[in-house]
Amino acid sequence: MKVPKVLILRTAGTNCDVETATAFKLAGGDPVLVHVRELIGGKVRLFDYAVIAIPGGFSYGDDISAGRVLANELRGHVRDLRSFVRSGRPVIGICNGFQVLVKAGLLPQTPSGEQTASLTVNDSNRFESRWVRLRINLQSQSLFTRDLPEMIELPVAHGEGKFVVKSPKVLETLKKTRAILMQYVNEEGKFSSYPHNPNGSLFNIAAITNPEGNCLGIMPHPERYLTRYHHPNWTRQTFCKEGIGLEIFRNAVRFVKD
Amino acid sequence: MKTETPRQDPTDAPGAEFALRDSGPEELGRLNSRFGWSLDAHELKAVQDHFRSLRREPTRAEIESIAQTWSEHCKHKSFTSPICYQEGKTTRRIKNLLSETVMEATRKLKKPWCLSVFEDNAGVVAFDKKWALAYKVETHNHPCVLEPYGGAETGVGGVVRDVLGVGLGAKPVLNTDVFCFCPPDYAKPLPEGILHPRRTMTGVVAGVRDYGNRMGIPTAAGALWFDEAFRFNPLVFVGTVGLMPVSAVRKKVLPRDLIVAIGGRTGRDGIHGATFSSAAIDESSSIAAVQIGHAIQEKRVLDALLRSRDAGLFRAVTDCGAGGFSSAVGEMAERSGSKGGARVELDRALLKTTDLEPWEIWLSESQERMVLAVPPENLPALSVIMEREGVEFCVLGEFTDSGRLEVAIAGRPIVDLDLAFLHKGLPRRERRAVWNPPAPAKASARKTDRALHRSRCPEILHWILSHPNVCSREWIIRQYDHEVQAGTVIKPLQGLHHDGPGDACVMWPMAITGDPEYFRGFAVAHGLNPAFGKLDPYAMAMACVDEALGNLACVGADVTHAALLDNFCWGDPEDPAALGALVRAAQGCRDAALAFQAPFISGKDSFHNVFTDEKGKKTSIPGTLLISAIAPVPDIRQALTMDVKAPGNHIYLMGWTSDELGGSLYEAWSGQPAGNAPLVEPHSAREALWSLSAAAQKGLIATAHNLSEGGLAVAAAEMAIAGDISMHIDLDEVLRTKGVADPVTILFSESPSRFLLEIAPDKERAFLQAMKGVPLARIGATIANPVLRVTGLDGCPIIEESLHDLRHSWRETLPRLLDGVPCDDGRRS
Repeated sequence: MKVPKVLILRTAGTNCDVETATAFKLAGGDPVLVHVRELIGGKVRLFDYAVIAIPGGFSYGDDISAGRVLANELRGHVRDLRSFVRSGRPVIGICNGFQVLVKAGLLPQTPSGEQTASLTVNDSNRFESRWVRLRINLQSQSLFTRDLPEMIELPVAHGEGKFVVKSPKVLETLKKTRAILMQYVNEEGKFSSYPHNPNGSLFNIAAITNPEGNCLGIMPHPERYLTRYHHPNWTRQTFCKEGIGLEIFRNAVRFVKD
Repeated sequence: MKTETPRQDPTDAPGAEFALRDSGPEELGRLNSRFGWSLDAHELKAVQDHFRSLRREPTRAEIESIAQTWSEHCKHKSFTSPICYQEGKTTRRIKNLLSETVMEATRKLKKPWCLSVFEDNAGVVAFDKKWALAYKVETHNHPCVLEPYGGAETGVGGVVRDVLGVGLGAKPVLNTDVFCFCPPDYAKPLPEGILHPRRTMTGVVAGVRDYGNRMGIPTAAGALWFDEAFRFNPLVFVGTVGLMPVSAVRKKVLPRDLIVAIGGRTGRDGIHGATFSSAAIDESSSIAAVQIGHAIQEKRVLDALLRSRDAGLFRAVTDCGAGGFSSAVGEMAERSGSKGGARVELDRALLKTTDLEPWEIWLSESQERMVLAVPPENLPALSVIMEREGVEFCVLGEFTDSGRLEVAIAGRPIVDLDLAFLHKGLPRRERRAVWNPPAPAKASARKTDRALHRSRCPEILHWILSHPNVCSREWIIRQYDHEVQAGTVIKPLQGLHHDGPGDACVMWPMAITGDPEYFRGFAVAHGLNPAFGKLDPYAMAMACVDEALGNLACVGADVTHAALLDNFCWGDPEDPAALGALVRAAQGCRDAALAFQAPFISGKDSFHNVFTDEKGKKTSIPGTLLISAIAPVPDIRQALTMDVKAPGNHIYLMGWTSDELGGSLYEAWSGQPAGNAPLVEPHSAREALWSLSAAAQKGLIATAHNLSEGGLAVAAAEMAIAGDISMHIDLDEVLRTKGVADPVTILFSESPSRFLLEIAPDKERAFLQAMKGVPLARIGATIANPVLRVTGLDGCPIIEESLHDLRHSWRETLPRLLDGVPCDDGRRS
């Protein structure tokens, strides 16, 4: 069977591109690192790829606000991205990539394409790097979380990850369309405050999807949990989990292959 | 530093000359301090003689180039000049301290896996047959006094560029940070212009965080030390490890290669950074000597540089650090052909502002710039990559074989220097060094003290756990993205709730090598203890090497292939006592390296960490040595953490406990001198360490933790806190040297080369077999009950403290000192 081509979009300040590419490679894809200039210059066409990933980092240093500059570049130059999402192919934005998807108006998905949410400065007012527990919404249509357990662990590392919305209606729509994919919880699977919710996100939101389930924006880093050795507790005698982050990439590749 | 801004001076005009040849010593001294060259009288005389023999006056650009090249930063003159060393009644002459101590050990050990030592921007060792590791640790102390955030940022930027500029460039895979500060709750008055330590600390941490995080390099190893002696001169050590193909370790420059500068533009920021490092800080020190950092610009340079390297487009690269173009081009010019040489046309440099003087362009330390030696035919391909990555570049000139460094602007020469004079003309002057060992403390008084303190052991334990030098560093570590690049398999915070203090971090560069079935990794650890250094710098150096290597063994690294880096931060080299202490420390480094068979591969020194107040009173830092160690981890699947794993396992203590409380935390608690600093017995320590390392790699050990600050009591508490499983230990079982007969000494002695180990019962036989000949005693067991229990020599309980309380003492310090809020435990218990 053909190996699906995965476009890993990078720009100045992208710094999780290599491990995201590794993740797709281990998942059975064929990742290609593409600089946003090649896309804007027309050298690369989005529709030549089966999957698009926007990895984490500090695109352009996040000097204005996280992901803003790259989002504007994409919005202005790459209208194709919206039709790519509409075509049903998988798109994943991780950390800074999630911020880009939100600021480009792709997530939460609206008919007009306007930006209705934002990821803003953490409540703790500083960068936070820690492992968190997440509860997956099993009712969601997301292709990325198929066959995943309800509770997983992943690391977060960000200074601007607090999910906020423009109006209460946006949250209502997210709930109604089952677009809230992952929420921060404590060991017991219940909602809890800092540090379980590392940034103070509204409704403990860690990841959202479009209602169709092919476009994922996720604050934690699945590409940093590809093997058991990435988990902080793997040296403990009773530890028996495998790299759950890899499953998210496998799901994307599997979906395209089917 | 006494640099006025001499902008209106007629000697600033391009090509204008100084009347140097006819100046007397006083006039030379006046020019020196006026222009901030930081040259001493002998060096000024050598410059004067050189230009007398040429029968012309130097230009400003020439004399600035010489001052930068001869600076402490670039030439390490205090460390390499002759010393007349007096120890007690004996006196001997040392020709070159660096070469006779630190470098001698490396020469004698002749390790084939040392690929490049003391010659390039970083030390390089083999990782495996295909890959090599480059490691460099820098200090950025002087800039952080004036501007903590900017100083720390550019410190990180600088050391990252060192690694980018080693060989043909290495990809940075790990950053390390070590700080020495004054305690943040310091309440006594400080002179004007000196920032409060709390502000210094938060600024430095933020600077390291922002630069490292934005570059996408995990900051995952470090150390922290507080002492009021650092109130005027905080120490900021930043390090970077890079991974490169073995084929990229060597660089060469051929005549006719183009000199290509890439990255940031040149501005007025950071003029005189190198000469600044040769001077003491005082109230007039200029903030213009601190550069401005831009992490994303450097990330672009990194991306573009490594892509060009993989395409084979250049033959050599070096970074623009101290001294700017003058140092970078000067260093590379030395490698060109047989005689070396370079011809530069400065008008081609890309500038931030148009009003720069030629010498300023030549000397500016603007950040994020690298210089490449590019064969002319590769320029078009290089420009394609640079353009795509958004990196500006310019061709400054070409390398030659004329033996001269020639710089011109608008066709007018401003520098025409003999390379041999520039690099080898520095006059060596003998300095005097004296070492007098301090008198030992009285033994009888100590004994009564400790008998009295017996009942206060729990209180002492809590006090030490909450001491800033021991307490949890989580406040700092969580701000660093320590898992970017997805290779940090043993993290700085370990254990069930991810809050235990790891001995070292282990990196698995799988995302770069690309093979998930290849489990080779590497570990990095540090050793630092200025408190020992106050008693005996020799003992400090030994203890630092012992600690760093011990930390590596505790995570499962192969210490038979460990390499060391030294960073000396010292006071005034003209002070014979300070220089004597340096000689002692350097000898300690040599003896430890030889005994442990761990070569030094790179190092750096920072002198003049002295503050002069308005009355002329000088305050110096205690001589401080940082040892950084790096070693391969043959199989990361056998790596270890320090958290207790399960109840019912055996607890072993490895090594002898002696009455060595000098410089210890117990001494700090009691406020009374407590004796000598611990002295390592390196040969037996090496044998034991190698056995431990081998047993760990065989998977025979469940948990290992190095005993350092606070001794046995603290190590046991840390392991229990991290695992949320406690232990019971019996002090009567501890191996102790003659005369050690009280629980206070056993619990809090900081004797080196000791490890607390957790062994599963089914592995015990094999473990003991593997550890034959090693001093080892089974002193207790792990228990499910969450209470740390210690029984004394008479079998009576001495400590029974709940893990919850111990954890609270250990975790609350930094949040309280820095945020002013009690710590959130992170859990609802």
